[in-house]
Amino acid sequence: MTKNFLVDTAVLLGRSLSHITRSLDTILTTVITPIAMMLMFVYVFGGAIQTGSDSYVNYLLPGILLITVASGISYTAFRLFLDMKSGIFERFQSMPIARSSVLWAHVLTSLVANLISLVVVVLVALLMGFRSGAGVSAWLAVVGILILFTLALTWLAVIPGLTAKSVDGASAFSYPLIFLPFLSSAFVPTDTMPGPVRAFAENQPVTSIVNALRALYTEQPVGTDIWIALAWCVGILVVAYVFATITYRRKIS
Amino acid sequence: MTTQSVIHVQGLEKSYKTLKVLRGVDFDVARGSIFALLGSNGAGKTTVVKILSTLLKADAGTAGVNGFDVATQAANVRESISLTGQFAAVDEILSGWENLVLVARLRHLKGPGKIADDLLARFSLTEAGARRVSTYSGGMRRRLDIAMSLVGNPPVIFLDEPTTGLDPEGRLEVWQAVRELAGKGTTVLLTTQYLDEAEQLADRIAILHEGRIIVNGTLAELKQMLPPAKLEYVEKQPTLEDVFLALVGAAGKEQR
Repeated sequence: MTKNFLVDTAVLLGRSLSHITRSLDTILTTVITPIAMMLMFVYVFGGAIQTGSDSYVNYLLPGILLITVASGISYTAFRLFLDMKSGIFERFQSMPIARSSVLWAHVLTSLVANLISLVVVVLVALLMGFRSGAGVSAWLAVVGILILFTLALTWLAVIPGLTAKSVDGASAFSYPLIFLPFLSSAFVPTDTMPGPVRAFAENQPVTSIVNALRALYTEQPVGTDIWIALAWCVGILVVAYVFATITYRRKIS
Repeated sequence: MTTQSVIHVQGLEKSYKTLKVLRGVDFDVARGSIFALLGSNGAGKTTVVKILSTLLKADAGTAGVNGFDVATQAANVRESISLTGQFAAVDEILSGWENLVLVARLRHLKGPGKIADDLLARFSLTEAGARRVSTYSGGMRRRLDIAMSLVGNPPVIFLDEPTTGLDPEGRLEVWQAVRELAGKGTTVLLTTQYLDEAEQLADRIAILHEGRIIVNGTLAELKQMLPPAKLEYVEKQPTLEDVFLALVGAAGKEQR
C-alpha cells in the first residue's frame, strides 16, 4: 500500500502541477498583492518609518513573504473545493488508489506553487535593493522555516477546501491571515504600539517568525525567536493536520 | 439467478439525519446485463450508487459487488467497478488524452498512452484528444467521462444519470456507448429519471419510490402490470426531437 501511495501521489501531483503551469495567472494573482504592498511600503510609507535598520526593504521582506504564503494557500483551498464539486474527487475515491494520496497531492502542489511565488517576490525585492550577506546555512534555515510555515497554512487551507459550500467560502478564510502581519513586527517595530495591541503583536506567531527570518538573513543572533517561531509553525501544522484528516475521513466514509 | 448476479443488494437502509432515503432496498443484477434504476428526483438513486461504489456507508442491509462486500471489502470492490457520477468527472484543464492517461496510471496499468489512444478512437474523440476538455461540448465530455470509466475494463460500471443535461444528439451518443459496453459483457447499473432511456437500454428495470423498490422486471413484465393495451389508430406525427435531429443531422452532413 505504501508503494501505491507514493505512485498515486506522484501521478496526482503531476496532474495538479499541470494546473499551475497551465494557468500561471494563479501565481501572478498570488504575488501581485504582496509586491504592491512592498512597493507601497518601501517607496511611500517607508521613509517615515523608523525601524533602526538602514534599508526598509530588508526590514520589510519577511512580512511580505508571509503575506505571499497566506494569499497563495487560498488557491489550495480553491483547487480542492473545485475537485470536490466537480465529481472528480468521487471518481478518485471510487478507484483502487491510496485514498490519502488525493489530499497529499494537493498539499505538495500548494508547497511548489508557494515556493515559486516566494522566489518571484524575492527577485522583485532584490530589484528594489534587498541585500543579504548571509551564508548558505542561514538561507537554508530561512527556506526551512518558510516551508514549514507553508505546510502549516496549507493543512489549514485543506479544511475549508473540503467543507466549503461556495467558492467564496473556500478562499475567504485567508483574508485574516493576510492581515495578521500588520499586527506584528513585520512593518513597524512593536515598541510604538499601545499596550494591548503591543501585547497581541508580540505574542502572535507572525512576530516571532518575522523576527527569526530577519535575524537569519541579516546575520544577527536569532535568540529565542527561532524556537518560538518553530514551535508556532509545528504547532499549527500538527493541529491543522489532525483537523484536516478528521474532516477528510468524515468526507470519505 | 443469485449465482449469476454480480450486484446483490439486500435490505439497504440509509438516512440523512432525520430523512429516511432508503427504507430497505433489494435487487440483483445479472452479469453482463443493463439494469436501470428508475425514480424521480430525490428518490435515492444516487444514494444507492454511492453505497455500491463505496463512497457512502449504509445504515443497515448488505450490498455486494462482484462477490465482494462493499462495507468490509471496499478495496476489492473498487478494483471491480467504475463510477460515472451525475456530473462529468473530468479534469477541465487537462486534455482528453491526459485525462485517460491519468486514470490508467492510477489503476497501475501498463502502457497508459496506448490505452488512452484506443479509448479515444472507440469514443470518436481522437481529433479532440489533444485539446483541453474545457473546450468540449456536453456530449463529448460525457463520452470522455464514460471512456475514463472503461480504463482497465472493470466488470461493473455505475452510470448515475448519464444523460441529464445533454442535448438529443449527446443522449444518442451515450446510449450507443452504453449498448456497446453491455455487448462486450460489462455489467451496467444505470440510474435515470427518463422513462424512455430505461425503455431503450435496460434488460431489467426497477422503480425506486419512497425508499423501496416497488417494481422490478423486464420491460415486457412491467407493461403487463399496466391496464391492457388499447388499440387506437393515431396519425404518427414527427416529434420535435425527430424534427430537430433531421434538421441538425442534415446541416451537419452538409458542412462536412
